[in-house]
Amino acid sequence: MSIEVDEVRKIARLACLNIEQPALEGYARDLSRILQLVAQMNAVDTEGVTPMSHPFEVNQRLREDVVTDTDRRDAFMAIAPASADGLYLVPRVIE
Amino acid sequence: MNHYYRKSVTELSALLQAGEVSSVELTEHFLERIKAHDEKLNSFITVCEEDALAQAEAADKKLKTGDAPALTGVPIAHKDIFCTRGIRTSCASKMLDNFISPYDATVVSKMKTAGLVMLGKTNMDEFAMGSSNETSYYGSVKNPWNLNTVPGGSSGGSAASVAARITPAATGTDTGGSIRQPAALCGITGLKPTYGRCSRFGMIAFASSLDQAGPMAKTASDCALLLNAMAGFDAKDSTSIEQDVPDYTADLAKPLQGLRIGLPGEYFARDEQGKGMHEDVEAVVKAALQQYKSMGAELIDISLPNSDLSVPAYYVVAPAECSANLSRLDGVRYGYRCDKPKDLNDLYTRSRGEAFGAEVQRRIMIGTYALSSGYYDAYYLKAQQIRQLISDDFRQAFNHVDVIMAPVTPETAFTIGEKSADPISMYLSDIYTIAVNLAGLPALSLPAGFASSSKMPVGLQIIGNHFSEAKLLNVAHQYQQQTDWHTQCPQEFE
Repeated sequence: MSIEVDEVRKIARLACLNIEQPALEGYARDLSRILQLVAQMNAVDTEGVTPMSHPFEVNQRLREDVVTDTDRRDAFMAIAPASADGLYLVPRVIE
Repeated sequence: MNHYYRKSVTELSALLQAGEVSSVELTEHFLERIKAHDEKLNSFITVCEEDALAQAEAADKKLKTGDAPALTGVPIAHKDIFCTRGIRTSCASKMLDNFISPYDATVVSKMKTAGLVMLGKTNMDEFAMGSSNETSYYGSVKNPWNLNTVPGGSSGGSAASVAARITPAATGTDTGGSIRQPAALCGITGLKPTYGRCSRFGMIAFASSLDQAGPMAKTASDCALLLNAMAGFDAKDSTSIEQDVPDYTADLAKPLQGLRIGLPGEYFARDEQGKGMHEDVEAVVKAALQQYKSMGAELIDISLPNSDLSVPAYYVVAPAECSANLSRLDGVRYGYRCDKPKDLNDLYTRSRGEAFGAEVQRRIMIGTYALSSGYYDAYYLKAQQIRQLISDDFRQAFNHVDVIMAPVTPETAFTIGEKSADPISMYLSDIYTIAVNLAGLPALSLPAGFASSSKMPVGLQIIGNHFSEAKLLNVAHQYQQQTDWHTQCPQEFE
């Protein structure tokens, strides 16, 4: 299994990572090697094996839809890189 | 000169309860040791001197009432993956270098309630992704037994600080070995509890189906006391297990007569190229097994036939989950934001591209690839099936044995820089620890001696069935009653 630079560029775009051109080749080499390691999984036949998504077979717990925490909007907004009037600021999306 | 740093949490707790030392004195003692030694180690990202002294004063008041919980006034350090209200929680990443958490992780608030005093936040691999602490944005941590070597990772700062006796104990997290591997390389005791035993709320998520918090300290009895304070159901963590927390110190004194110890052949094997456990590690592990035999335990050969698939399956499951978890870091609500973004997409991609280190980016990309359209069955589904096979192996084994013993790592601490250019060789340093996370089992690492050539610590791994933490702690504690490896302090830090 080998990954080319073009494919790394595509994966990086899907992952929302801006990666500069010179670094792409190194990532292509590393990701190819990791996928070679992962390919060892193919040595075993898993036909019919139930996939394990969680160490315990438990159902998702539900809770009452009630307010438990007090409003701490200001504390949570205070750590934003840019905010004003209780809103998060990002570059304009619609001109 | 008082040598409080040599004492265990268990001993410090007794001194505090008896009024023979105050929490303020102890806290000052350890803060001074951090000042004197941490420049060499780099084991702390943040030291909380003022807060710690304020907490210590409060603990002393509580102690005077005569009605203080066992750990009141004992200093502790938290891995910088646990959110701490009002204190920077960086996860050792440029992404969260400026992140002051607005809330406490459940583990942190439980330990506050138990009266523990937080000395600071320990260094780690960035977002807990690494086995050497070299991926930290704040630089490598050094192993106190040899400053040219790594302390292991990802909880490397926690392990190094406990080993150097600049904190009596620390918290860690373990996704593929991140408590046990550094504990082994630094010669301390570390416990990864059963998945779901300690709340993951406020513990910055790496791989949600594998992550688990646990204690790191000098001794098993210390870990038992600390787990008493850490464990328990939490409604805020949807995978937290609703099961009562026993007193983990209750079984420590039980004799080991008749204990059935399983030895998985796969963990002791060496291939034709000599790859596998280093012979020095093997010698120490075998000597520890003989010690157990002399204490009345029975050694039984077992097989975990799918062991060699654990690293490949892990490097699908963990990156897949990390790529989803780390998608929340987008430069909008908190954390790093790039300079002058030209549009929203530029803001996302440049913030993430500039603030995540190479290993984190590698794993995000592997995960993104494995989960992308058309690849799900071949990767994530396949890995989950293999996870089932690995889990079945353990289920079978625990029909015949009480605990499983194995090495923690194939070799002792390696030199800083030795593996950092080669991700695969780094991944293979967790070859003996990863299966436990895939199966959600508890496992403990305890110091079992020193390698004859490198003179570096070697750990013994004890793996138990789900919720058998008390048994693991009992088995480790009995060994520590007969040996003194856990009392050894690196010379430079005496």
